[in-house]
Amino acid sequence: MKRRSSVVRKPAKKLARKRAVEWELRLYIAGQTARSVAAGANLQRICDQYLEGRYRIEVVDLLMNPKLAQGDQILAVPALVRRLPSPLKKFIGDLSNEERVLVGLDIRPLAKAAR
Amino acid sequence: MAKATLAKHLKSVTAGGSVAHKLRKARSGIDGLDDITGGGLPYGRPTLVCGGAGSGKTLFAMEFLVRGATEYGDPGVFVAFEETPEELAANVASLGFDLHKLQAQKKLAVDCVRIDPSEIEVTGAYDLEGLFVRLQYAIDSVGARRVVLDTIENLFGGLHDEQILRAELRRLFRWLKAREMTVVITGEKGDGTLTRQGLEEYVSDCVIFLDHRVVEQNSTRRLRVVKYRGSPHGTNEYPFLIDEGGLSILPLSSVGLTHRASTERISSGIARLDEMLGGKSFYKGSTVLVSGTAGTGKTSVAMCFANSACSRGERSVLFTFEESPEQLVRNMRSVGIDLERHLKSGLLKIVASRPSSHGLEMHLATMHRVINQFHPDVVVIDPITNLFSVGSPSEVQSMMTRLIDFLKVRGTTAMCTSLTSATSELEQVAMGVSSLVDTWVMLEVLRSGRERNRSLTIIKSRGSAHSNQTSEFRLSNRGFELMDTYLGPTGVLTGSARLAQEAQDQATLAVHAGKLERSTEERVRQRKLLKNRIAALREEFATQDADIEGSIQEETMRRDSLIAERHAMARSRQAFASVGRARKPAGSRSR
Repeated sequence: MKRRSSVVRKPAKKLARKRAVEWELRLYIAGQTARSVAAGANLQRICDQYLEGRYRIEVVDLLMNPKLAQGDQILAVPALVRRLPSPLKKFIGDLSNEERVLVGLDIRPLAKAAR
Repeated sequence: MAKATLAKHLKSVTAGGSVAHKLRKARSGIDGLDDITGGGLPYGRPTLVCGGAGSGKTLFAMEFLVRGATEYGDPGVFVAFEETPEELAANVASLGFDLHKLQAQKKLAVDCVRIDPSEIEVTGAYDLEGLFVRLQYAIDSVGARRVVLDTIENLFGGLHDEQILRAELRRLFRWLKAREMTVVITGEKGDGTLTRQGLEEYVSDCVIFLDHRVVEQNSTRRLRVVKYRGSPHGTNEYPFLIDEGGLSILPLSSVGLTHRASTERISSGIARLDEMLGGKSFYKGSTVLVSGTAGTGKTSVAMCFANSACSRGERSVLFTFEESPEQLVRNMRSVGIDLERHLKSGLLKIVASRPSSHGLEMHLATMHRVINQFHPDVVVIDPITNLFSVGSPSEVQSMMTRLIDFLKVRGTTAMCTSLTSATSELEQVAMGVSSLVDTWVMLEVLRSGRERNRSLTIIKSRGSAHSNQTSEFRLSNRGFELMDTYLGPTGVLTGSARLAQEAQDQATLAVHAGKLERSTEERVRQRKLLKNRIAALREEFATQDADIEGSIQEETMRRDSLIAERHAMARSRQAFASVGRARKPAGSRSR
């Protein structure tokens, strides 16, 4: 874990390990509601913009896999869980507040460094 | 199998039956609750159970689920917002509920919902669909008919957007109703409101309030049905108890004066006392009060009663507030009552506790529970006056009323002893209780000379003739001995005064007896004497009679010979012709 996070913090290695997944995100939705779709789109946009190539998004539709809700203690949907890098972080809502998502995911400073 | 489950399920639901508009109810299985609510919680609707911290909300909810799953074939889902599954299982294990087993049997599903506001970032619009999904999944996994949300208010702490939350809660209750789930929602008591977050706003069908009060260091749990839409219900505060058997609520005050009256009699165990009660003793199912000052033998009378019941093969429970079971057994042995034998045979149960160990209601609840489990024919409470120290007079009266009602409905014969202080008037002795009891036996100590002697009087006995006499009684290793008190010219005598009087009587009697004997002897003697005299006289008479007879014969013979001589003379003179004629005149002449 520690190694991985150090990897993230080293921009020099960024290009070399372009395809390495440093961001593991899981989006929980409950059916294809407008809110789910918006959340999906918002997440995609943010990741594309700031974490290009370093992320993996897993979308869990709780209507299909209700069992999975218990594991991450999902109550509100849409919910985003940052599984990596640690620590685990949770976001609820349709991710329309980009500022909050970026701060919450700790992307902001990284993104600046990348620029 | 499926049929059986269905039948069970139908049994669990007090269906409206022919009356279509009548509310369907789901039996809670909680001891006493179904009596208060007239059959259980509203079927297919949510019920709010609220109360302060430690008032038993979670246990109430859990018992509702577990009883449903085990007794009525209704699987359930427990959604815990406070505790982890492990904590929950450990907490209710003390009530005898094995959650792991029930979960393994697919009768119960437990889902623990944790929300930590510090690790959640709100990034836009959301709803609680996740909760719905989890609930649906849990319901489907066991085929649940009952759901518990404990305590859903915790969501307000985890999620700050109250507007969304309230909208979602409203949706949740609609959702649960649409699925015909019988739901119990717990809620923490708020300041001046039933719940902190005003959950009563969403749950309007049935609200139950639990209370845990401490009065004079004694805690009592109480339950009240605040509202029950569409159904009559008991409105009082009912004390309840949480112990190894789960919750038990005492709907005792709901009992009316409708109990049946038995004409069967049950012996007091003291033959003489039975005799004083018209020769028949107590009615079965009646309540007997034995009052008296210290050391009058109340406990012994009561134990004698229990002992005789056990000897007849009936079951007895003794609630003692003064002595430990062992001490009681030992002490009773000294008056010839062997309680140990009955303890061993299981016919007797002794429940000993200090009155101050619980509140009044708790005592009542304990008795209620013990009686319900043991099914005794005879209950002895020794002494009820010790309970009076725990509560106010009105509380005690209400408790005694409920206890006696409860026993009467069961047809259990009860004997309560009551300690009275030597200075108080008889009327004060058991003011609260005297009107409730059917038979009142008063034990007294009569002081005479330098002694104290025990006496027994029947003050009242409803529906049976009873002696108006005061009897003296003695306790010895042979048990009870009741004696008539001596009513002499100087008043009632007891103890040695009675013995002295009795001895004197005995002496007088002996003198009388001697006299009588002597008279009888005299009479016999006289009779004999007279008889002898009569015999002598008779003899004398016979002798005289014989003498007279002899002389008569002699005279006759002499006369005959005279006549014969005369005839011979005449013949010799040859005066034949005149002989015949002259014979008779001669004979008559000679006379």
